[in-house]
Amino acid sequence: MSLGPESPTPGEPPKRVAIGRRVFIGIAAISALGIAFGADVQSFLGNALGSGLGGLLPGGDRFRIYSITGAYPQISRSDFRLEVSGLVERPMTFTLADLEAMPTTSFVKTFQCVTGWKVPDVHWEGVKLSHILKTVGVKSEAVALSFESYDRADTESLTLDQAQLPDVIVAHRMLGAPVTAEHGGPVRLYVAPMFGYKSLKWLSAIRVVDTVQPGYWEENGYPANGWLDGTTGPTNPDPSLT
Amino acid sequence: MVAIIQSQPRAAVRILRFDRVQRAAHWANAALFAVLMATAIALYFGSFFGIVIQRHTIAEIHLWTGVSLPAPIIVSLIGPWGSQMRRDVRRISYWTRDEIRWIKSLGKTPLVADKFNPGQKLNAIFIGATILVMLATGSMLQWFRFFPVPWRTGATFVHDVFAFAVFVAVFGHTVMALTHRDSLRSILKGWVGEGWAAVHASGWLKEQQLTEDSATFESRE
Repeated sequence: MSLGPESPTPGEPPKRVAIGRRVFIGIAAISALGIAFGADVQSFLGNALGSGLGGLLPGGDRFRIYSITGAYPQISRSDFRLEVSGLVERPMTFTLADLEAMPTTSFVKTFQCVTGWKVPDVHWEGVKLSHILKTVGVKSEAVALSFESYDRADTESLTLDQAQLPDVIVAHRMLGAPVTAEHGGPVRLYVAPMFGYKSLKWLSAIRVVDTVQPGYWEENGYPANGWLDGTTGPTNPDPSLT
Repeated sequence: MVAIIQSQPRAAVRILRFDRVQRAAHWANAALFAVLMATAIALYFGSFFGIVIQRHTIAEIHLWTGVSLPAPIIVSLIGPWGSQMRRDVRRISYWTRDEIRWIKSLGKTPLVADKFNPGQKLNAIFIGATILVMLATGSMLQWFRFFPVPWRTGATFVHDVFAFAVFVAVFGHTVMALTHRDSLRSILKGWVGEGWAAVHASGWLKEQQLTEDSATFESRE
């Protein structure tokens, strides 16, 4: 754009340029690019700056703590109990020490929220749900699991098949430390191949049932099967998710 | 005509800078922004610092305030009451070459100032465009089912970055308002003194004097 000297004819208004429209279109284009490639920019920035500074930047990959009730249940390590009941051979109640004494599975996975934000490279440790189910003995008529939370609001469900996936765990450690209250500690569910809402926080009870009972988020319109690839069928659509 | 232009600015003469519709639109818009920014801080930093908040309630307030954000601008633009508003939108959109040069030199080149200086115009355009960006990305976050997951992540990113920019712009706008009492009064009460206009908006003052008609002078309302 050349900006020659202005020589308005007297009495005639100077020529005008539609800057408003240009800036408007420019900002719209930048944000469209941001929507399309923001995920890549974010992971690049996160890698370049590390999780500390990257987490402080607007739009950085970081946890956004959700609580249905507006509070975090505070459960001490000694008070914590996980009750497993329903269609099982041996209903049992586990303490935190019981869970920690069980074989531990650990892996590094992305926590992906259904609304878009994600936190890459989260370190998870816990007991495979399948191991707990084996310990209590699932009866043959069992079909699904219902999960309850100490917040008395959140509930979740998984089919028995989904619960057998190797990266569905009852987590007692996260990010290299005991699970904090804001992240759902002392013990939370982590369902790696599905969106974050399936990973119920402040886990208090598991009931083995004969039908899938929609959980809190499913009652609010989320699919019961929230696979990370966006599909909603009952079975894992993509083995690489696990 | 020449005599009018060259006459000394009459300090006591009041010129209408913002009519009632514009003032109402500005403060309604500012109130919505204030609610959005306050709830945004609660939503963003509440989780960052682990402060427990009634997230659901705050998110609902943020959502519906956001959805109603365009209302003051749209209502003030349409309808017979919006002629001054429409005129100023055109004024903000269409720039002279001098104004473009002025903004590129960061205010160093000479300029016969319009009703708004190019910095003010750019702020207005930015806020206008940002309202649309925030509406679009906010809608993608709320009604996420219709968008692929990477887009949701991108929309979160854009919403966050533009929110940061809004805080910077609003902070700057507020500082400028508090340090420029005449401008601040004009958005509160509507008028500026002719003396102020002669210094800060001489092009506009000249235009006012050339097209002097009763509608632009509040003192004659």
